[in-house]
Amino acid sequence: MQKKEAIDNLINRLFSGDRLAAARIMTLIENQSRHGASILSKLHPKTGRSYRLGITGPPGAGKSSLVEKLALEARKSNFSVGIIAVDPSSPFSGGAFLGDRIRMQNVTQDSGVFMRSMATRGSLGGLARTTQEVADVLDAFGKDLIFIETVGVGQSELDVVNAVDTTVVVLVPESGGGIQAMKAGLMEIANIFAVNKSDRPGSMELASEVEEVLNLNPENKNWRVPVTRCSCLEGWGYEEIFKEILAHREQVISSGIFKEKRLLQAEEKIKELVKASFEEEIWGNLENRKTLKKMAGQISEGKLDPFTAAGKFISKIKFSAEKKGSE
Amino acid sequence: MERKISKLVLRKDTPQKNCGVFNRKIKVLVAKPGLDGHDRGAKVVARALRDAGMEIIYTGLHQTPEMIAEAAIQEDVDVVALSILSGAHMTIFPKVQALLKEKGAGHILISGGGIIPKEDMEELEKKGIGKLFGPGTSTEEIITYLKSNVNLQERV
Ligand SMILES: Nc1nc2c(ncn2[C@@H]2O[C@H](COP(=O)(O)OP(=O)(O)OP(=O)(O)O)[C@@H](O)[C@H]2O)c(=O)[nH]1
Ligand SMILES: [Mg+2]
Repeated sequence: MQKKEAIDNLINRLFSGDRLAAARIMTLIENQSRHGASILSKLHPKTGRSYRLGITGPPGAGKSSLVEKLALEARKSNFSVGIIAVDPSSPFSGGAFLGDRIRMQNVTQDSGVFMRSMATRGSLGGLARTTQEVADVLDAFGKDLIFIETVGVGQSELDVVNAVDTTVVVLVPESGGGIQAMKAGLMEIANIFAVNKSDRPGSMELASEVEEVLNLNPENKNWRVPVTRCSCLEGWGYEEIFKEILAHREQVISSGIFKEKRLLQAEEKIKELVKASFEEEIWGNLENRKTLKKMAGQISEGKLDPFTAAGKFISKIKFSAEKKGSE
Repeated sequence: MERKISKLVLRKDTPQKNCGVFNRKIKVLVAKPGLDGHDRGAKVVARALRDAGMEIIYTGLHQTPEMIAEAAIQEDVDVVALSILSGAHMTIFPKVQALLKEKGAGHILISGGGIIPKEDMEELEKKGIGKLFGPGTSTEEIITYLKSNVNLQERV
């Protein structure tokens, strides 16, 4: 098992701070290598320490530019920093143009920062399917703060909420008012609003409009969602956003939400893995696939309906006999 | 209803469904070193590579060899493609190559293009730099070259 040794070696190198090894492990996870599960379980004891920040908002709002500024602030306060920036894959070619690094030039040369771009690879929630696992790798690699930049969101790509502890929503004067943000579901997920490009007209109006909408139903008594203005172009406002992030972090940790979230994430993860295993087991079995085909035929002939079929199917499921060891 | 769940084992080695299409991409870092401010050519190539199914990490203008090598490491790319119009190719390509080697990433294919005299291309190729493409090369040619020179085996 040469490969297994190579992987253990890779993991040890990651633990000793080797960036190349960390990057390679991220690739294996991202590519859903069959070694992924065992790698992640070996990394697991070293995870759980990092604090995760989501940066989301419409396309071109300045998410990457803001991540750079916030990461610089974080470095000033001696946090080590990981950054994951997600951009969409082309649904036509499967390729992707990942351009978030362009805006992060001032921070990516710092050895206390590790930045990784990810393509969505068909995932529709604003993150890639394996973004959270790649964040786990950064966590095991020892990063204190992990920034996760989503793709530019429209009206539904809100997976980030479950993946992070603090969500910063970036809006710009051009992106429409508070109503737009409400429609996009951004009101509910924001812990902090950043009105970027406030060097342009309309930022004050947008900020007060968002405040108004927030005041309609204050979600959480322990945290008043701040609406901050900033300009990454002119270089102001982000210090305050970083202060708000730290304040929110305190609140999240002291109120127990930090722990609670990890509990929920762990539950979800187990459910996901169990589901995947069940599906693999069921549909990997020829008998079951035959039954499925037969039932589908009956449905299309009008002799059966999908609900009855599913019930019948469940009572007939075949599980294969004991697996041969799958090492 | 008898369900023999006890016989179901969690298969750690089961990759998730429908990952086939996506699970191994050619990753290319496209960068523009030096001081000149023209990245149109680089963008055209980047776009063509994307349309050929590759993942492009685009870092933009004014990249130093150090920035390029570090980005290539962190992104774990297969290829570094540099567009050089400034005439500094004889220093930049070998510098990037040396930095990658120093960081343990000598496996990364270095390619690129720009205004580079034929003799220089040949000399660079002798030093282990990959194929370089002059102005007017069809993007097809570049795609074919990359597809046949990147090893798609899983790297550990
Ligand atoms: N005027 C102005 N322009 C800005 C500001 N911040 C960023 N920009 C510009 O806005 C454009 C988009 O910035 P990015 O940081 O790439 O935005 P993004 O939200 O990460 O974009 P996507 O990841 O593509 O969705 C760039 O041209 C930036 O230079 C700002 O505060 N003011
Ligand atoms: Mg961006």
